[in-house]
Amino acid sequence: MLEIKNLHARIAEDGTEIIRGLNLTVKAGEVAAIMGPNGSGKSTLSYILSGRSDYEVTEGEILYNGESILELDPAERASKGIFLAFQYPVEIPGVATMQFLKVAMNEQRKARGEEELTTPEFIRRVKESAAELKINMDMLKRPLNVGFSGGEKKRAEILQMALLQPQLCVLDETDSGLDIDALKIVADGVNALKSPDRATIVITHYQRLLDYIVPDSVHVLYKGQIIRSGDKELALELEANGYADIIGAAA
Amino acid sequence: MNIQTQPRLSAAESALIDAYNASFGDLPGNGAVASARDRLLDDLKTNGLPTRRIEAWHYTDLKTLLRAVPTETSTAVIDAQTPFVAGSPVLAVLQGKIDTKASVEGVVVGAFADMLREGTAAPGLSVIDGDDAIGRINGSFVRDGYVLEVPADAELETPLEIQAIHGGGQVHTRFPVSFGANSKATVIERHAATGDGAAFVSSVSDISIGDGADVTWVIVQQQGADDTHLGQIRIRVGADAKLKLFVINAGGKLVRQELRIDVAGENAELTLRGVNLLGGDTHTDVTLVLAHNVPNTSSTEVFRNVVFDRARGVFQGMIKVALDAQKTDAKMSCNTLLLSDDADFSAKPELEIFADDVVCGHGATVADIDDNHLYYLMARGIPENKARAMLVNAFVAEIVEELEDEQLVEALEGIISAWLVKHA
Ligand SMILES: Nc1ncnc2c1ncn2[C@@H]1O[C@H](COP(=O)(O)OP(=O)(O)OP(=O)(O)O)[C@@H](O)[C@H]1O
Ligand SMILES: [Mg+2]
Repeated sequence: MLEIKNLHARIAEDGTEIIRGLNLTVKAGEVAAIMGPNGSGKSTLSYILSGRSDYEVTEGEILYNGESILELDPAERASKGIFLAFQYPVEIPGVATMQFLKVAMNEQRKARGEEELTTPEFIRRVKESAAELKINMDMLKRPLNVGFSGGEKKRAEILQMALLQPQLCVLDETDSGLDIDALKIVADGVNALKSPDRATIVITHYQRLLDYIVPDSVHVLYKGQIIRSGDKELALELEANGYADIIGAAA
Repeated sequence: MNIQTQPRLSAAESALIDAYNASFGDLPGNGAVASARDRLLDDLKTNGLPTRRIEAWHYTDLKTLLRAVPTETSTAVIDAQTPFVAGSPVLAVLQGKIDTKASVEGVVVGAFADMLREGTAAPGLSVIDGDDAIGRINGSFVRDGYVLEVPADAELETPLEIQAIHGGGQVHTRFPVSFGANSKATVIERHAATGDGAAFVSSVSDISIGDGADVTWVIVQQQGADDTHLGQIRIRVGADAKLKLFVINAGGKLVRQELRIDVAGENAELTLRGVNLLGGDTHTDVTLVLAHNVPNTSSTEVFRNVVFDRARGVFQGMIKVALDAQKTDAKMSCNTLLLSDDADFSAKPELEIFADDVVCGHGATVADIDDNHLYYLMARGIPENKARAMLVNAFVAEIVEELEDEQLVEALEGIISAWLVKHA
């Protein structure tokens, strides 16, 4: 589903290279975990997948369902099914959450040539997903993410994911800021979306999330490259020993 | 005022003087009114229209910007429009003339033309200060308007809508309104054009808010693409009174809206809000002069501007705090979204504080749409155009949402989104 080949990318503004020859393949149905020390480029990779214009790809290729997505803007990628749950969701004052959800769902449907949702159908879906994620509907009456607690923001991201039904889900440290109960609820939400034609990339620092969302593969990102890949045992090894050995071996 | 040497009259100045001479004997008013008008017009002749050399008009050089003044008045038949809030009583002013039979339950309604004829209007036909060009023009030419009195303790259930609509030509109106002690009311002052004919509009609302009254006043300016709109609202706020003033500019070619407010009673609370939607090749100026004259009063001022195309906007906000107006609490902000390279906005917030125990502040920002916001919306599949429109809308809608009346909020949101669809 996703093939990243020898990807090099830099910050558009100052030319600093962050991703330096990264290779990664994620198959349909797979859950891939990406781990790595702070500042290694995990969030940057997720932004590049989503098409954020602050980064420039200078070399390499990103193939999604066999096609390059490098020329597509974030909205086009989203309507093709790429979803990024942000590490730090932004607050947007003045944009009502419900209105935002409705516009997002309907714009994606329009882009795919599907009928727009009626208002009752839209509300039904939001209520259903919100209930599963234990999100209070009152929270959704507020402007988008404004005044949401850290955990509420993360839950709201998963709510969006549940409503938009993406094909490739990228979760950037969705576990940080969540209490233990919320972690379980959010993990259930992610697992509920698991299907043979969907893939999930989970960026995390902790094994705890991977106890709930069990990965098929684990990749270590360091200085803009994947320096080691393995199965779920690799995450346990990292949890026990830290990154030093792996970084040492790769150097 | 600076001394002018042999002012050369601009085309607009000549046209105004000609129009005044041509309407001799036709402008309503008794002797006292006629001499008040003559004095104002003499001032206009001597001083001319204000230029950028006059500080209060520095960003709006009326003499240069006002190219022409229409002389023909539209004869098109104009009908009142449906009110913003369903069920609102409408006081229509069609082509500058009021409906003399109009009445509103619970409100004493009179005609300004009668005040002119009786001469009771004469003292009010004066300027606030030497730079008051709007007072001068309006006082010279004003013909009609509603005189409203909301009695003490009265409470109006639905907003009252003054609907000034024209089809071009010159329109000069004045609305003296008094809100009795402890009354509660919402008034919408709507200015709009129906036809294509260029108009030159001056309108002065002269408002007194009694002690303990709770007043919401909403000015909606939707003049036509070739229209000049010179608006002025003078407000005196009594003790323990609450004033919410909202101004939306969403039209006009050359617009100056002055807000002249005197806080005259202790514990008065003011909420002043403005939204300027600017596009095309237009010039819009909102000038606020707010005087906190007595102790223990508070005000917040928030103005939001979005500027497209080659539009130019101006906000001048002056807050004056008198020597004994201790414990004044005033906060002013002016935020602008510039959405094109040719768009321009000048903000000039000023504080003039003589009291020493006050909390006053102001801030002005000019920005483009926040890229992080745009990216977030797009990352959810919302195409760039649509995402931009949502963010512009959010920037101004926030202000409107502060109004309590839900139907009114909806109506104003409707104006904003309709404007954005047309201009964004
Ligand atoms: N727009 C930017 N401007 C400047 N520096 C940037 C920018 N984006 C990323 N960086 C830098 O690139 C490096 C990688 O950042 P990134 O956020 O991708 O790390 P990360 O692996 O997600 O770290 P963490 O585990 O702390 O979330 C960091 O050194 C960061 O400071
Ligand atoms: Mg990160």
